[in-house]
Amino acid sequence: MERVLQYDGTFDGLMTTIFTIYQHKVKNPIIQAPAQQQDSLFGEAHEIITEPEKAQRVLNRMNELSSKQDMMEFYKAFLSEILGIENTLYQYCQQTFAAGKAPSGDYGNTTILKISQAAKMVGREKHRMEAFIRFHLIDEDLYYANCEPDFNVLPLIAQHFKNRYADQKWVIYDLKRDFGISYDLENVVEVTINFKDPTAKKGIVNKAGSSTQLVTGSFRESENNYRDLWNQYFKSTNIESRKNMKLHLQHVPKRYWKYLSEKVA
Amino acid sequence: MNYERIKEKLEILADAAKYDVSCSSSGSKRKNKNKGLGDSDGMGICHSYTEDGRCVSLLKILLTNVCIFDCAYCVTRKSNDIKRAAFTVQEVVDLTINFYRRNYIEGLFLSSGIFKSPDATMERLIRVAKKLREEENFNGYIHLKSIPGASDELMQQAGLYADRLSVNIEIPTKAGLKLLAPDKDHKDFIQPMKAVKNAIDLYQSEKKLIRSTPIYAPAGQSTQMIVGATGESDRDIMYSANFFYNKFQMKRVYYSGYIPVADDSRLPAIGTEVPMMRENRLYQTDWLLRFYGFDVREILNDEYQNLDMDIDPKLSWALRNLDQFPVDINRAEKRILARIPGVGMKSVGKILSARRFRKLNWEHLKAIGISINRSKYFITCDSREFERRDLTGIQIKNQILLSGSSKYSKNFTNQLSLF
Repeated sequence: MERVLQYDGTFDGLMTTIFTIYQHKVKNPIIQAPAQQQDSLFGEAHEIITEPEKAQRVLNRMNELSSKQDMMEFYKAFLSEILGIENTLYQYCQQTFAAGKAPSGDYGNTTILKISQAAKMVGREKHRMEAFIRFHLIDEDLYYANCEPDFNVLPLIAQHFKNRYADQKWVIYDLKRDFGISYDLENVVEVTINFKDPTAKKGIVNKAGSSTQLVTGSFRESENNYRDLWNQYFKSTNIESRKNMKLHLQHVPKRYWKYLSEKVA
Repeated sequence: MNYERIKEKLEILADAAKYDVSCSSSGSKRKNKNKGLGDSDGMGICHSYTEDGRCVSLLKILLTNVCIFDCAYCVTRKSNDIKRAAFTVQEVVDLTINFYRRNYIEGLFLSSGIFKSPDATMERLIRVAKKLREEENFNGYIHLKSIPGASDELMQQAGLYADRLSVNIEIPTKAGLKLLAPDKDHKDFIQPMKAVKNAIDLYQSEKKLIRSTPIYAPAGQSTQMIVGATGESDRDIMYSANFFYNKFQMKRVYYSGYIPVADDSRLPAIGTEVPMMRENRLYQTDWLLRFYGFDVREILNDEYQNLDMDIDPKLSWALRNLDQFPVDINRAEKRILARIPGVGMKSVGKILSARRFRKLNWEHLKAIGISINRSKYFITCDSREFERRDLTGIQIKNQILLSGSSKYSKNFTNQLSLF
């Protein structure tokens, strides 16, 4: 069997790949996501078809050997989409199976440290999105927000927003990965929107979508008013004599400004 | 709703509230109730940061900037000729709810100038909080100011709706208070703190017996001191802070570098630089007390009344106590690891957990993220390389200062060239 294994980019896909590696005793495998397709020096890539049952078997075993927290770190590291993280995750599984226990806390071990650092980066981005999402009220009762997070954190923030905004409909859309999460007062589901204008400008929601029922019409009058008031508040609460732009940029890096109502102006 | 008028009020009343530095929205677990609005898991969120680098977590406003007091350090003092304004209860409720729904804020921080009487003011603040909780089913964060001189009964009510209560002591010493706020009495500040502390204790002990006991100010109390308005030493300030932490179980004491807002011979002149570095050093000391197991007397005492400005207080302590070093990273207990300059509590946790698997060397420590530059003079690890020279405190300090560039270096280049 070829050494280069290509999976579909999903978590289940990666777990299926790991299952396959063990099943066929693949030596020194290289796991690749579709985005990094490349003619490799090591010959043809073998495509792995995701099979939920196989994935579940790997996951079950990992769950047995790890704490909940370890598994969360593992999943977060996966969401980082860092080039080559799949192989680190595979090594992590390998070490866990070999030791009969997740080697959590062994920061002297590069694999563990890498996973922990990737998870930390993803965790930080998750927290940032919980802070930097700015909803716009559209269509009378829907709160909509665009974002372009560094890592794929929507799966991690869904619960936070569901708990918090239990009584309002909302959609958070990741323009970079072209999917969003939508809450209808009952459940959060994944959605894809076909925008007329594919690039969101100035952080304001795209105008009427063509083939979607989600985003139609334009802002209601009250929306601009509260955004205005918020911008006013943001200005008034600043203390000019303490100005410190370096610190400001450290906390709110420029790449996030696009979707922050108060920074769009 | 007349948005133009609201905007104008917001301009005045947010501007007047901004000198209160507390912006924490953490420490309160308030679950979403009956599919209402808001939920917090105890972790605060800073939704934005102003250009001065301070976080914006709460809608921080005054209900009114009309005030019957004339405290010299305060921008809303009676004798100051400024525009006055007042929000209605409903206006504050609407702003809070609509900002919250758009994910701008974690909640409300409501303070006020004292109009009519302390009780009338406190009563109005409580009315806002009550309305948010009971009519709007709002489960976000509410921080109310305890108005100095408000009655115990009102303070007991306030905690039923608020997550945090705070009263700002502002001036760390009684003498300073007398000078700058002659119509305020020191015990007017202490009384509401006492009332809140007693209520917290009471509700907590009842909660143990009766599960349905309502929660009372779950995020506790905080206070704030102005730094650099009168001539206190760092020791005076930190000893006061320590008193509040111990006596009233304060969750936080904030230090606010005085920003000149008045032409008053008793105060630094307008245009005087805000003592930001001093403020920073005080916060570092505060952290050492709360998280690193230091006693305030180890850092500040009769001999050392003020903090060093060019190095952090932990390094400063270590240089005065070189006999306690070097520390063996692979053997020392947690308490000792926490005292090594350049090693934070997160790193302490990582060292403890990583050394269960293997002995750690310099590469490991670097990868974990400790500051080798500062810590190398104070530790040994699984390596034959370590600092063998018998350096004095001053030599170590200079080596550290030379090898790094502090963001504050412009403030103390003179001191460096002395050696």
